[in-house]
Amino acid sequence: MMLLTAHLPILQVILPLIAAPLCVLLRGPRLAWGLSVLASWGCFAIAIALLRQVLAEGSVSYALGGWAAPWGIEYRVDVVNAFVLLIVSGISSVVLSGARAGIEAEVAKDRIELLYTCWLLCLAGFLGIAVTGDTFNVFVFLEISAISSYALIALSGRRRALIASFRYLIMGTVGATFIVIGVGLLYMVTGTLNMADIGARLPAVAESRTVAAAFAFLTVGIGLKMALFPLHLWLPNAYTYAPAPVTAFFAGTATKVAVYLLLRFTFTIFGADYAFATVAMEWILLPLAVLGIFSASLVAIFQLDVKRLLAWSSIAQIGYMVLGISLVSVTGLTASTLHLFNHALIKSALFMTMACVFYRIGSTQLADFAGLGRRMPWTMAAFVVGGLSLIGIPLTVGFVSKWYLILALLERGWWPLSVFVVLSSLLAVMYVWRVVEMAYLQPATSNAKPCEAPASILIPTWALVLANLYFGIDSSLTVGIAQRAAESLLGVSS
Amino acid sequence: MIEAFPPGLIMVFGAFLLPVLRGGVRTVWLLGLPLLALYLVWQVPDGVVATVSFLDYRLEPLRGDRLSRLFATIFGLMAFVGGIYAYRQARLLELCAAMIYAGAAIGATMAGDLISLFVCWELMALGSTLVIWSVGKDKAYGAGMRYLLIHLLGGVVLMAGIAAYVNATGSVAFNAIDTSAPGAWLMLVGFLINAGAPPLSAWIADAYPEASPSGTVFLSAFTTKTAVYVLMRGFPGTEILIFIGLAMIFYGIIYALLENDVRRILAYSIVNQVGFMVTGIGIGTELAINGAAAHAFAGVIYTSLLMMSAGAVLYRTGRRKCSELGGLLQGMPFTTACGVIGALAISAFPLSSGFISKLMTKQAAADEHLLLIWLLLQAASAGVFLSVGIKFPWFVFFEKNSGLRPPEAPLNMRVAMGLFASLCIFLGVAPGFLYAFLPFAVDYVPYTGGHVVMQLQLLLFSGLAFFVLLPLMKRTLTISLDLDWFYRRFAPALVRLCFRLSTPIDRALRRGVVERLSRLIQSLHTWCGPQGVVGRAWATGPMVVVVLLLLSGTLAFYFGGT
Repeated sequence: MMLLTAHLPILQVILPLIAAPLCVLLRGPRLAWGLSVLASWGCFAIAIALLRQVLAEGSVSYALGGWAAPWGIEYRVDVVNAFVLLIVSGISSVVLSGARAGIEAEVAKDRIELLYTCWLLCLAGFLGIAVTGDTFNVFVFLEISAISSYALIALSGRRRALIASFRYLIMGTVGATFIVIGVGLLYMVTGTLNMADIGARLPAVAESRTVAAAFAFLTVGIGLKMALFPLHLWLPNAYTYAPAPVTAFFAGTATKVAVYLLLRFTFTIFGADYAFATVAMEWILLPLAVLGIFSASLVAIFQLDVKRLLAWSSIAQIGYMVLGISLVSVTGLTASTLHLFNHALIKSALFMTMACVFYRIGSTQLADFAGLGRRMPWTMAAFVVGGLSLIGIPLTVGFVSKWYLILALLERGWWPLSVFVVLSSLLAVMYVWRVVEMAYLQPATSNAKPCEAPASILIPTWALVLANLYFGIDSSLTVGIAQRAAESLLGVSS
Repeated sequence: MIEAFPPGLIMVFGAFLLPVLRGGVRTVWLLGLPLLALYLVWQVPDGVVATVSFLDYRLEPLRGDRLSRLFATIFGLMAFVGGIYAYRQARLLELCAAMIYAGAAIGATMAGDLISLFVCWELMALGSTLVIWSVGKDKAYGAGMRYLLIHLLGGVVLMAGIAAYVNATGSVAFNAIDTSAPGAWLMLVGFLINAGAPPLSAWIADAYPEASPSGTVFLSAFTTKTAVYVLMRGFPGTEILIFIGLAMIFYGIIYALLENDVRRILAYSIVNQVGFMVTGIGIGTELAINGAAAHAFAGVIYTSLLMMSAGAVLYRTGRRKCSELGGLLQGMPFTTACGVIGALAISAFPLSSGFISKLMTKQAAADEHLLLIWLLLQAASAGVFLSVGIKFPWFVFFEKNSGLRPPEAPLNMRVAMGLFASLCIFLGVAPGFLYAFLPFAVDYVPYTGGHVVMQLQLLLFSGLAFFVLLPLMKRTLTISLDLDWFYRRFAPALVRLCFRLSTPIDRALRRGVVERLSRLIQSLHTWCGPQGVVGRAWATGPMVVVVLLLLSGTLAFYFGGT
């Protein structure tokens, strides 16, 4: 046991990385699914163990292959990335558990085990980005996750999915290139790739243009990965045309990992002093966040496809996280970190209901939702609760994150922005309402028989929905962790 | 720790059991719930009884004192009698929604902190909207939608106010709020929207008449009176409330005079009654607060009695226009008697509940030497009698014979009306009973020679005016007031002036706003719709251009910083 706990950081990545090729070898969709579910839940267990360890003993450092940092690759886990690991592996496990039926319906039979392989590779990539303490290693894992996610989207088999995947590939590659340029420039100035090491050496060379250029490339590169407005243009189609369970997985993980990356680079490597006092990064982030929230919510209102509507809403939600970051305060960062977790729960639950709907109706067009409230009562009830959480109604997680965001805004005295945040929730009311109205108040068009989704999808969906309610009422755990994460990022001891 | 069970909560949860139950058991449960809640209300001792921690705050969802108990009692009583009135005729959805609505109202009056209050507040909005929607007709759907939007707007404003206030003071407790605190004004606006204060008063007359006969009864009682309660606790003695209250009073009277739809007349009368209470809160002395509280208690009873009798008429005849009704005394003598009692009570006739409550507010104005306000309140009393007190019973039950001979109202409706009618008289005859429960000790004596004579004079003369002006009163839809002696009466002159002034502005505003809105939505759609520049799928080339532009912008900006 002792041996295992010491190696948790590397196991976190190795487990899905080894399970992935095994999926291909197993040659059987059900077996492959079973193995990937097991691997994913294993990752979740490791993430929980890591988080407990970090909360109890402080950050953990692991030297890969026994080569000490800064020469070797270091895996370094503190509260921030332990929390992200928990989110990513947890969402992956729950979604994957309910993914089988949806994937068999949407993906060609001979490619199903390839999909699970890509899923595990993608998971390994996300977890690797979160766990590593080495900037070049970040880039490697970024590519692992990105390439497998292009494949995941394309596997849906629809022609439009291919185009969407190709566009995502181009944009994702541009983003990754920017990131590697940024890392390269940093290496040029500091001579090291280890995050903590760069962080220690940067203040000496903070005046140099090279560092500023590195920061600019990293900001835009990571912005592309997390779909920050106006770098979000690849996301709506990618989310719309990917198989529904894959979208549920991405919505809770992909952009979240990118936000983590932004936090890590900004606060741990460049440091709040450089990022905000010297180059005033908040004046890039804040307008983009506000514009993003506003325009993406507006666009969501007019969408005709519900999956696309939710995709646009995700872009708006990224805006809330970035808004919290640009406040540079403990409360603001708490709000952002909290919303990482809360939004993962909200969006994964909502996209899971899309998987239910697509499984039965074969479409997620808004017009096809007519009368669905009666035909799929459990699914639509899950959508309503998820939608309320998205709006930010009290007793749901959405409320808790908005609450902290508004508190943080008021703390800075920016009350017009806090009014803006509340008003933007009204836009969310509108787009959620359009779906609810269609499902409950419009009569069904034809052959309107009840067609509730199978329990295998519904149970994980409702697990996510209930988590939305549970963490909305008892927020002490999540708020506590988010607060500690925010304090550690800002270097404030509580 | 919870020492007593929250009475509001039991009604909200109990409502969900209703669909499961059948027949007699459901009726017993429906009527038993409010009684159980009433019992629990009186088990709550003074002070904070329950606390829950949420985020970093200590919530106090259950707090007892004289003021909360008074309002919770009348709400429980209202839910009980409303239940009797409704259970045979109303749809199941309406009954469930009404119980949730009543439970949330009771919860709001017992809430000791702003967050619990807000939760109850939103729950009330949802419950009441469902009550309207339960009719199931398009018109009710539209009205309910407008109603919901107004209340969500009010909720957002209130939430913003609470957030600012809590952040500044660090306390979520709901007590008297200092108007100089940040967020206080937003909260006041949020409260006033629910009270039906101008300029957002129209939702009352818009939505209430579209609900079912029994639905309107529930609606008339809870939302506005909860608003009165929160104003009373949060903003007693805030001077601006006097003027807002007066504006509400005259708005209600004038529109009721002009209106032809019976239930809309009554809806406007709710606005003017709440106006009296808001004025009292604005005056803010112990007598004024007592008066407003007593008035709210009595007001719930007589407005819902009036709504019940109008509802019974609608249920039996299917008509709701003054011009189509008349002479119903023949067929519905009991309903007539109850309607008349309600009308006398709202007009504050001696020996009715209105007399012992409404006059306290006027006395408070007099005691504070607010001469102008006192005069306006006197004029308003006459106006209420004119616009509702005589107009409603006269055109519905008496006047010409419309040829309608509907049967008397169903038994359950009669029982409910009889209960409230006898309460109207009982409270009027034995004022000490209600006075014992008011927030402050009462040394006001309602039945002095001066009060009685004054009030009778006022009422008799406005009664006389009504019958002299009868030809005008009838043609309320096409008003053409050009009899010159009409000018001599203050209120009618005001009618003409306001009507002339406001109609074109109102019409232009509405048309303008609707046009602007549809144009705005259209242009938003061109920009943000699925084919718009912002919303459509972009090809990779333009996407990369955007990326490069942002990169060069960021580079330039960061270089500027170093």
